[in-house]
This record gives sequence, C-alpha cells and structure tokens, in this order.
Amino acid sequence: MRRYLVPAIPLSIVLVLGGFFYVGLYRSPGYIPSPFVGKPAPQFSLPDLKDPKLTLSTADLKKSRLTLFNVWGTWCVECRQEHPFLVELAKHTKIPIYGLDWNDEREAALAWLADLGDPYQKVGFDKLGDAAIDWGVYGAPETFLIDGDGMVLLKHISPMTPEVWEQEFLPIIRAHCGTLPCPLVDSE
Amino acid sequence: MIPELGNFALVLALCLALVQAALPLAGAYKGREAWMALARPAAAGQFVFVVLAFGVLVHAFLTNDFSVKFVAEHSNSMLPTIYKFAAAWGGHEGSMLLWILILAVWTLGVAAASRAQPLAFSSRVLGVLGIVSAGVIAFTLLTSNPFDRLLPAALNGNDLNPLLQDPAMAAHPPMLYLGYVGMSVPFAFAVAALLSGRLDKNWARWTRPWTVLAWVFLTCGITIGSWWSYYELGWGGWWAWDPVENSSFMPWLMGTALLHSLAVTERRGIFKSWTVLLAIGAFSLSLLGTFLTRSGVEISVHAFAADPRRGLFILGLLAVISGGALALYAARARLLVAEGGFRLLSREAFLLANNILLVIAAGAILFGTLYPLFIDALNLGKISVGPPYFNPVFLLPVLPLLYLLGVGMHTAWKKTNWSLLRQRLLWPAAIALVVGGTLPWVLYGHASVLGTVGVMAAVWVACAALLDPVSHWLSRGPQARISRGQWGMIVAHLGLAIFVLGVTVTSAYSVEADRSVAPGDSWRMGGYQFVFKGMRKVQGPNYTADEGAFELRRGDKLLTVLRPQKRTYDVQQSPMTEAAVDAGLFRDIYFALGQPVGGKQAWSVRVQVKPMLSFLWLGALVMAGGGLLAATDRRYRQATAQAREAAVVPGESSAQGA
Repeated sequence: MRRYLVPAIPLSIVLVLGGFFYVGLYRSPGYIPSPFVGKPAPQFSLPDLKDPKLTLSTADLKKSRLTLFNVWGTWCVECRQEHPFLVELAKHTKIPIYGLDWNDEREAALAWLADLGDPYQKVGFDKLGDAAIDWGVYGAPETFLIDGDGMVLLKHISPMTPEVWEQEFLPIIRAHCGTLPCPLVDSE
Repeated sequence: MIPELGNFALVLALCLALVQAALPLAGAYKGREAWMALARPAAAGQFVFVVLAFGVLVHAFLTNDFSVKFVAEHSNSMLPTIYKFAAAWGGHEGSMLLWILILAVWTLGVAAASRAQPLAFSSRVLGVLGIVSAGVIAFTLLTSNPFDRLLPAALNGNDLNPLLQDPAMAAHPPMLYLGYVGMSVPFAFAVAALLSGRLDKNWARWTRPWTVLAWVFLTCGITIGSWWSYYELGWGGWWAWDPVENSSFMPWLMGTALLHSLAVTERRGIFKSWTVLLAIGAFSLSLLGTFLTRSGVEISVHAFAADPRRGLFILGLLAVISGGALALYAARARLLVAEGGFRLLSREAFLLANNILLVIAAGAILFGTLYPLFIDALNLGKISVGPPYFNPVFLLPVLPLLYLLGVGMHTAWKKTNWSLLRQRLLWPAAIALVVGGTLPWVLYGHASVLGTVGVMAAVWVACAALLDPVSHWLSRGPQARISRGQWGMIVAHLGLAIFVLGVTVTSAYSVEADRSVAPGDSWRMGGYQFVFKGMRKVQGPNYTADEGAFELRRGDKLLTVLRPQKRTYDVQQSPMTEAAVDAGLFRDIYFALGQPVGGKQAWSVRVQVKPMLSFLWLGALVMAGGGLLAATDRRYRQATAQAREAAVVPGESSAQGA
C-alpha cells in the first residue's frame, strides 16, 4: 500500500492547493473593501461640465432615494467601453446618474457626450483631480451607489457591465427598495 | 485587416500545436514512426505562425492602430518608438503572446537538437511541449485576445503605464519569460521519461544544458527586474517579497535545486524521484506565477487586470499540466530504482542537503505568498504578509546552505576522506573567520551578528570556490585540467559569494534620510557633503518634469551633480519619481524627490547611501555567467554522438569524467 500512497503525496498537495485557488478566484481579494462603503459621501463642490455657472456638490447626490456616481475621463478606454451601458441604464431605470469627469479637457469631454450619448444629470468637472482624491478614486472607471442620506452603499472599480449590474448593484438596490417589484429599476 | 491576419496566424499555430501534442504522443505509444515524425515539422510550423502573429501585434503598435483594443489601452501616438515596441508586452494580452512566442522558441531549439535522441523520446518531449503550447494559445485566443478590435476606434491611445516607460522594460519581461517558460523543457523531458518508463543517465544528460540555460535567463530576468524596481519605484529598495517577485523567485530556487539534483542523477543514477519532482515543481511554480499574476487572486504592483474567467482557465491548465504530470509520477514512481548508494560524507549527501534546504526555502516563500489567500478562503479576514515573515524564514535554510556549500564543493562522489577534506578546507575556513570577523569593523567601525555571519559566509564561499583554481595555479601541474563545466561551477559559486556580500553589507550599513531642503541648503551624510542648488522645469518627449540639482562633494572635491526628477506624463497624468543614482562599485548614492513643501522652492527628498549595492547585481550576473559556461561544456556537445550510440544499445552509457 505504501508503494502507492507515498508517490501520491505531491499530487494530493497540488489538488488541495488547487481547491484553495478555486475558492480564491471568486472572492476577488484584489478589491480591498473600500473605506467609503457604509460611510457618508465626501463633501465636494465642482463646476458643472455642461454649464460652468452651475455646480455639482454632495447635496445633488442626496436628491434621490438612490443615486449612481460615475467617475470617467475621455482618456480612459474602459470608460468608452462602459459608456453605452450607462446610457441604457439612464434610459431604463429611474436612478439618476451623476458623473465626475476626472483629469480632462472640457472640449474633449463635451464632444464625447455629444458623440456617445449623455446619461448624466450633471457632471462635475474635476480638472485637477482634487475631488477624485477625496473620493478615494484610484482608476477610472469607478461607480458608486449612494442613498438619499448621502451614504455610500457600494463602490465598483472597472467598467459597468450587465453582469456587474445584475450581480453587484441589483441585490443592494432591491434590498433598499424593500418592495417587489422595485419601482426604481422595474418598469411597471 | 492586418490584425485579423495575426488572429488567423495564432489560430493556425493552435492547430499545429494540437497536431504536435496529439500525434507524436500517440505515435510513441503505438510505435508508429510516421506519426512521431510529425513532431518536428509541426513545431517548426507553429514557430513560423507564432512569429507572424507577434509581428502583426508589433506592427499594430508601430503604426498606431488604435482600432485594436490592446494597442489603444497601452500605447499613444506620442509614445517613443522603442516603448511602442516594448508596449507589445506591456499588458496582459500582449505578454501572453510573448509567452507563446518564447515557448515556440524553446520548442524549436529542442526540436533542432533532438535528432540525437531516440525518435520515441524526442516525440514525447515535443508532444508534451505541444500540450503546454496548445493550452496557452487557447487561453490567449479565448480569454485574452490581443487582436480584439475596439469599435469605434479610439482617436488616440491610453498610453503605456509610465512605470513601464523605461529601457529595462524592453529587457526584463523577455528575459524573465525565457527563464520561466524555459522551465517547460526540463518538465517535458521529465514527463517524457516517465511516459517511456526509462529514467536513465542519458535523460539527465539531455536535460541538464536546457535546465542551466533556462536558469541563466531566469537569473538575469530577476536581476534586471530588481534593478528596475530599485531605480524606478523611488524608494531605493531592490526586493520587497511582493507576490509577483516571489512567483519568479520560487521557480528560480526550484530550478537551482534541479540543477544540482540533475548532476547527481547524471553521474550516479540516483535521486531520480527528486529530480523528476523538481522538474515538475519548477515548471508548476512558473505556471502558478502566471496564475497568481493574471487571475486577480493576489494584490500586487505587477498584477494585471482581474478577471475570474482567466483565472479559471489557467487553473484548469495548471490542473491538467501539473496534476497530470504528478498523477503520472504517482503511477510510475515504482520504476525509479536507484542504481547505487552513497555514504554520509559524500558529494551526494551534500547535494541532497542543498536540495532539501532550497526546497524548504521555496516552500516557506510559497506558504507566505499564499497565506493571505488561505486566510481569505477560510473566511478568517484579509491580511498581508511582508518582510518580517519572509526575511527570517528565508535566511533560516539559506545560511546553513551557504556554509555547507563550501564543504560540499570539495567532497568526492560516493565517499570522502574526512582528514583530507579537513586539511584542504583549513585555509578557506581561517580566511573566512578572520576576514569576516574584522572586515565590517575595519570598514564601518561597527558590526552586527547577522552582518558578521553574512560576510563570513560570503568570504567562505568565495575561498572555497577559488581553492581549486588557486592551488592548481600554485602547483602549476598540468595533470588535472579544470573542465569548462567545473569552471562554470566555480564562477557561479563565486557569483553567489559576491551577491551575498552585497546583500549583507547593503542591508547592514545603508544610511537613509528624508529631509526637506530649500535651494542653497547643504548637509553631511555618510561621509559626503550634499548641496541643493535648486529646481527647474524639464520638457521630455511625452512628459514634463521638475528636476532638482544636488551637488555631491567629498572634502573640497565636487564628485558629481545628481538630477532626480518628478515627472508628469501627458496622457496618464500620474506623477512618477525618477530617482538619480550615482552608482559606484563600492557605494550607490540614491536621490528621490518627494513633494514640494510649503512653497518657496522647498522640496522633500529621500537620500540613501548604500554601500556595495553594485555587488548584488554583479554577483547575480557572475552567477549567470557561470551557468552559461556550464551549459556550453564540451560534454554536452559530445553527448550528441554518445547518445546516438546509446540509442542503439539502451543502458550502455557510461558516466564520463570525474
């Protein structure tokens, strides 16, 4: 019996390791839990991209029961990739989307919105990146979900996709709604 | 249109890899020569199409084709041409293509040299390499295709990460991959030998030069990477036990153990199980490194974008390749019969100790690297493991290894005469004790226990390595020539000694200070006088920078002016620290700019005086040079002719040389 068991030790070690890796894959520890989740959104005030006389501030994000806050820039290829989905979201849900245009040029950003569609209620124009630092942004795109009290419920790094929406955002939104169907995301 | 050609070439390469995997292995099993004969042409054809695919990707970069998503994400029309070329492997997808290219290069080399081996054996080797290649190409095509289009095309690209805009970027990944991927060759030889059931001395002899060559590249790759992080990351460190650094270092440790174990198997026909396991282990750890970097299970400065689908695919590959090889080992282990024994005081015993200690070191690093993952998977929280763990658990096996090494080099096969050995090693031991005990005091005026132990170990290894050449030179006897392979061993161990000296002295005697300075300030540190002359703006090809000027003086003499920069790249807008280093053989002076403080042109700056840091890179390169000498020993070129005879009369090979 030993003749077969001992040579099988390396194989068993590798199988056990493989089991851990399999579990590890679905836990995405690459995403450190954001220190902002469960905390009030940071205070900020920025000129609006579309009309510099207006401002976007923390108060705007508290106007609705739930709000999406999306960090983007025209220099960001993955933002271009997620943009059509944001336009879809704006069309089909009642959750307002606000934007933070980060480290960008005003003309380029306006041209982008004219070309690809504008899902945003307002866009904060953060040319120097100060607000982005307050929000703990470390790479665009990032999307925050904020409730009516200005609390951050969720932070997602990397592009928004239908899968991310289904798996990460909808459960929290539905829990927040409390009713079925949830009027914010389900059309009657 | 052209990117689609690249995609198509890669698909054809996959088809040829499948042919190379399936038919030769089946042919060797069934004894059909016509099937086995397909291995070499399939390997050559695969090489051609992989080169074509890689060429297409490089072309897309050079012509700024931002309709290719990978190019749009990692290049920019303003990027200097050399970095456009290097950007081809500046991200996950392209670096996978580089991986494939390098595997194709190794496969072609093995195929070209395989005529000396029995057809069934070389078919199995190429078949196994074909399996690996097919798996990796399929992974790239299905989950990480570098030829994917971006519609609508971007006007300009996102630019290469400024960290990667450095000459070392052109050299580090190809070198490292040559080493990493090269470990697939000893792996394929081991699996082929397990399949045929014949693990003889010939197998060890065929494997050895390939292993040494892969090890040389891995050594150079890790060294360049370490040097790069030293001057590019701006904190003056050269090794951080980052998960990705670890995953290149573990195959290196395993590869080093494999080199030594192969020596025993070739000469004495023992340690077969060990050797096979080490060959499988070295390549498995290379694949594991690929998994850790590309699946997002680890947090690291090197990590690529996280994507569980990619992780799952590589995990599957790992299961098939390593799991399959180890299952085969479990089934065939009974056949691995040793052809002789050895005494406690013999070269075999010392090489066994070398193997065990190296494997313990690799295991401890593996454990520390994966520990956060275990803890997270068991729901016990999120932690990270750093130098306070890695430094002691690495030194614990490695310090004894260094002291044993000096003795082991001078032992004989089978059995050593203890009194003779003691006599020979008396001088090296005395020199090590005296020099190691006094050198730190003489040079730096103080010494720690660990510093003394380290310097003694370095001097001891150096003396032991030089003992043979020096005594030959003294006696001028023509009788025992030192062969090229032995020179290789001597040089590599000398390199190790230089490296250990560098690490010890740098760790023990570096001085470092963070200061805030205004123009005109002057201060003393580590025996030098520094004067801050002021800042100016500098315009680079695709960045602007604040550049400081610091005079470095010793006594009244102006040695040099150091100009560290803080760069802001036009596209990605992230600030980058470009350190200024005055490198010398016996000390490096390292300047990195921090932030402007207060206004009035005052800046924070980090200054480090690091003695003997150059010894570290020098030692590693000397080690690699020793490997290169050993890999090109005449014995392996002669082995060609011998093996041909051995192929006719199996088991007739005789161990040649001492």
